[in-house]
Amino acid sequence: METVWSIFHYGFFQRALLAGLSVGISCALLGVFLILRKAAMIGHGLAHVSFAGVAIGLSLGWLPLLSALFFTVITAGVLVKIRQKTGLYSDTVIALVSSFGFALGILLVSLSQRINVELFSYLFGDILTISSLEVIVSILLALSLVIIIIVYFREFLYTTFDPEAAQVAGISGDKVELLLTVLSGITVVLGMKVVGILLVVSLMVIPAASALRIARTFRQALLGAVVFSLGEIFIGLCLSFWLDIPAAAAIVLLSFGLYILIVLLTKRSAQ
Amino acid sequence: MPSVVNNLNHQELPLIEVIDLTFRYNRVEVLSDINLVVHKGDFLALIGPNGAGKTTLIKLLLGLLRPHRGKIKLFQRDLKEFKDWALIGYIPQKAIHFESFFPISVREAVALNLPQARWYDFWTKKINEREVVKALETVGMQDYIEERIGHLSGGQQQRVFIARALVSRPQILILDEPTTGVDAITQEKFYDLLAHLNQEKGLTIIIVTHEIGVVNRHVNKVACLNRSLVYHGTHAEFCQSDYFRQILDEGHHLIGHKH
Repeated sequence: METVWSIFHYGFFQRALLAGLSVGISCALLGVFLILRKAAMIGHGLAHVSFAGVAIGLSLGWLPLLSALFFTVITAGVLVKIRQKTGLYSDTVIALVSSFGFALGILLVSLSQRINVELFSYLFGDILTISSLEVIVSILLALSLVIIIIVYFREFLYTTFDPEAAQVAGISGDKVELLLTVLSGITVVLGMKVVGILLVVSLMVIPAASALRIARTFRQALLGAVVFSLGEIFIGLCLSFWLDIPAAAAIVLLSFGLYILIVLLTKRSAQ
Repeated sequence: MPSVVNNLNHQELPLIEVIDLTFRYNRVEVLSDINLVVHKGDFLALIGPNGAGKTTLIKLLLGLLRPHRGKIKLFQRDLKEFKDWALIGYIPQKAIHFESFFPISVREAVALNLPQARWYDFWTKKINEREVVKALETVGMQDYIEERIGHLSGGQQQRVFIARALVSRPQILILDEPTTGVDAITQEKFYDLLAHLNQEKGLTIIIVTHEIGVVNRHVNKVACLNRSLVYHGTHAEFCQSDYFRQILDEGHHLIGHKH
């Protein structure tokens, strides 16, 4: 007899869960730093760039994940260099790069005859069709990111909290910014299948924003963001299956609802 | 006009030496031919009107900007070769202008400046605890070690930033307008603390300030900057100088930044 728990026996659901939770950990950890560095929209910008990467892959017959990964990481590096060399605000550079990426993607899609419905799975997410390779890459990324953040905790936190004092202490803010942006690019590409290009920024911003409302220390903020992210992705995926609704929408709306609840609760306790 | 450099004969070698320094920003000369020396035990006030180049000079001293011409020596070494940044504690002008929701505890903020800390030290509470507590005790903030910095008052935050600078055991402390937006009583306590660090702990202090009252009460050297060095000498002679009389006559010359 089928029960609500039967879904956990399905291979596709297990893969979805593993990939979703791994991407969730990466997004949540990066999100805390990006919000505090006033660069939350970098995920959105890089997601638009990854659209061009997917379009390149689909039109040339390459694996879209790899072409998106390559194109997004290169663009992430260029984005940081442009900002550092020109002194432009982050949001201006993100707007420039994201519009370029999306326009290039649209052009490639319109020129190519080979692009099919697969493109929509990247735009809106299709976590239940995620492949074993994507699961493995997502897990490896999450593990690498956790290790990088543990090892470079001082560098990441110091440059986020007080960049000038960090520089005097011998920490290069430019290198940390480059590392964070490239890691964001990789994470965004892996998050495409989970919630889609258009919503991937939500995985970076909403759990981190929720944790920042209640954390007293930085470690609590990182841990809180991961816990919120894992909980929201897990419950969102289950709801998606049980209620037969899109997983991306279920995860993002659940996250948003929880964030509003936390805002209301913390506002009341502050009063 | 009297000589710009007054009675600065020292036997000891200076900790900081600025030689014929010129800095341009977008082709505009912000600082011209600056010559300045700071010796061990000095409590130097760097004063001057808005746009005089005070913060720029501090950033040049810290290697955050590169001079167009001239030389800077720190601890008798050329700035380009200087690596012992732990010897210099720095509190930027913007230090207290962080987002109040930034989730960082006093412990975490102070530990950030531990130069000898290894990556795993930040994940274990006990390692380096003694160094962090000691720095906080020096500024009287040890009871707030677990507090989120955003929950502290402006004066308390400044003390935590001093502790952060002190934790690396510096010989020089550089503060850029540290009491902007802090009330008069807190300011007074803050400068008393700096005087204590200077006199009891032998810390050399450079402070960028607009508060002429502070200059009179605590410092022993003064450098007046207005794109070039207008005055550089002892505090006692500063009080006799034309520049000081000019400041008293035209108090509007020293106006603090509005933040």
